[in-house]
Amino acid sequence: MKGFGGIIINIAFRGLVPFTIVYGIYVLCMGESSPGGGFQAGALLAVGILISRMVLGNGENGFNIKGNTSVIMAGVGTFIYAFTGWMTVLNGGKFLEYDCMPIHMEPVHEMHAMAIFIIEIGVAMCVMMTIINLMEAITKRGDEDEDAGTE
Amino acid sequence: MTQNAPVLIVLLPVTAALLCMLLSRIGRNLGSWVVIASIVASFLCTVDCLYQVLAAGGTPIHYWMGNWEPPIGIEFVIDPLNGLIVTVITFIAMLVSFYGRPFLRDEDWLHVGGYYTLFGLMTVGMCGMVITGDVFNLYVYLEIMSLSGYGLIALGGKKSMVAAFRYLLIGTIGASLYLMGVAYLYAMTGTLNMADLATLLADRLNSPLFALAVACFVVGFGIKMALFPMHGWQPDAYTYAHPGAVALIAGCMSKVPAYSMIRFLYYIFRVDNVVVQHVLDVIGVLGIAAMLIGSIMALAQYDFRRMLAYSSVAQIGYIAIGLAMGNLYGFIGAVLHIVNHAFMKSSLFLVIGGIAYRFGVVNLYRLGGLNKKLTISTITVTLASFSMIGLPPTCGFFSKWYLLLGAYTGAQYFYIVILVISSLLNAVYFFRIIEQMFVQKEASLSEVYKPVGAKLGLPLEMAVPILVLGVGILVLGFCSVDIVTDIIKMGLPEVFVR
Repeated sequence: MKGFGGIIINIAFRGLVPFTIVYGIYVLCMGESSPGGGFQAGALLAVGILISRMVLGNGENGFNIKGNTSVIMAGVGTFIYAFTGWMTVLNGGKFLEYDCMPIHMEPVHEMHAMAIFIIEIGVAMCVMMTIINLMEAITKRGDEDEDAGTE
Repeated sequence: MTQNAPVLIVLLPVTAALLCMLLSRIGRNLGSWVVIASIVASFLCTVDCLYQVLAAGGTPIHYWMGNWEPPIGIEFVIDPLNGLIVTVITFIAMLVSFYGRPFLRDEDWLHVGGYYTLFGLMTVGMCGMVITGDVFNLYVYLEIMSLSGYGLIALGGKKSMVAAFRYLLIGTIGASLYLMGVAYLYAMTGTLNMADLATLLADRLNSPLFALAVACFVVGFGIKMALFPMHGWQPDAYTYAHPGAVALIAGCMSKVPAYSMIRFLYYIFRVDNVVVQHVLDVIGVLGIAAMLIGSIMALAQYDFRRMLAYSSVAQIGYIAIGLAMGNLYGFIGAVLHIVNHAFMKSSLFLVIGGIAYRFGVVNLYRLGGLNKKLTISTITVTLASFSMIGLPPTCGFFSKWYLLLGAYTGAQYFYIVILVISSLLNAVYFFRIIEQMFVQKEASLSEVYKPVGAKLGLPLEMAVPILVLGVGILVLGFCSVDIVTDIIKMGLPEVFVR
């Protein structure tokens, strides 16, 4: 995929992308007490990366998460969710029973929030990587068409 | 850990499947071995759960997620009936997971990892659908099962893309109808827990909304289980699916919605009300049509896989009429046929995979001399064919026997006529295969893959599952009395207990 930067876009996205990503992290961290959470945070983080990729193109510069890597990371993200369940199971509780997390915190609801936060990280990672992977699949198709047209 | 066995049935394969891509990146076969190991462990968990339930005299195991009490929380419930079915599913998934490995020997890490990720997720979906006690949770597992199923069908090669896409379109309609049914029930009762739903629905069984919800469920599950007029996706999907996974797709994927239909009609809605009685009549008519048309269409095919796909349509018809009889023997026949047919169809598709692996073509009229080249496979095909026709002592006889008993006690004699006609048609097209294999002159087939030093004619990973399922058909036949008295009769719906 070729980039489509002009002078204005090139300068504007430098401010836009860090803001989007920081905002994504904010939504992720505040998810358990305010509107938002893993899903939205993942979408925001992915958008940050997608914007920079659309502007800079698929070259060496910029963020470059390859399609295969994004599939792997999406799996790992969902695994973090499942792993929270494993931690409680291995600690003698039931699946996702937050009282039995191996991290001890006072008061107990801090521990619950911590467990939910770990899950949110996993969800955010999965959503982000899935969106990047979708983008990769679409642009790959476009590149193939372009190559076919020039030949 | 034993107290966590119900959740481990699902949790082990899902964890392995999620990590499969990462592990495959590290070592090409590492991911596949982890998924296989997880499915084996999951099978052990199902056996443990079934044993616990039976030892407790049929009292169901309830597992609360996060220790939240239902109906607020989600629960897994294992009773004798779904314990039996989930054990069969994980057993077949375990065998098929070993079986699929030789097909992937030339593929790169991405394909091996992707195949086993989808395979693990499909096992998760099927097990979850069977053991969950929450109707919305069932929808989630239905989607996991279907989406990974579409992927596995699309992996089969060029033509499989169209088959998978068609199945995706039709399957999505089915899943949406199920979701609509759930929404209607939720609007009526305000709960999603199955046991709670059964209690709360008891005094709302005459409302039109309930009838609408039941219709949605029947069409939704009908599409997923390929009940007669909704079976259009099935022949292509079974023919072009990935040969390594088609045994699980054909054997279990259409049985799980059939089981869910039993769960809804007999355990949640109860069969003793007017709406469900009418629905059962409709299912009965569809079942009869499926048995006749499926069998006749199977006669007309020359592709072995396509023939079996149409034969599946007919066999789903058997399950449907068992359901439709609405009496004890019909119910037992339907459940037993779900188990038996899973074994029969899986073993036949395993053999087909073997033939495709070695010769590259699966034409019905080019099977001559196969008894010398693939001895074990031929034995399995013979056993499975006898079972399909319904010859004792193979397992197919017993489920048909219970269906006949059900039709007789319910004084629904036309079912008996249809059962006999369908069995005769089965005999025609299955004896054709046996004749081809044993009597015809040797077909000139070019060997795509010649096994070196393998006496069984196929790699060990493929020959052993074929043999185990073939023997399983006989074992199920001999044990069918025990299965009925010790397992199915322990978990009968309340309607029959009274």
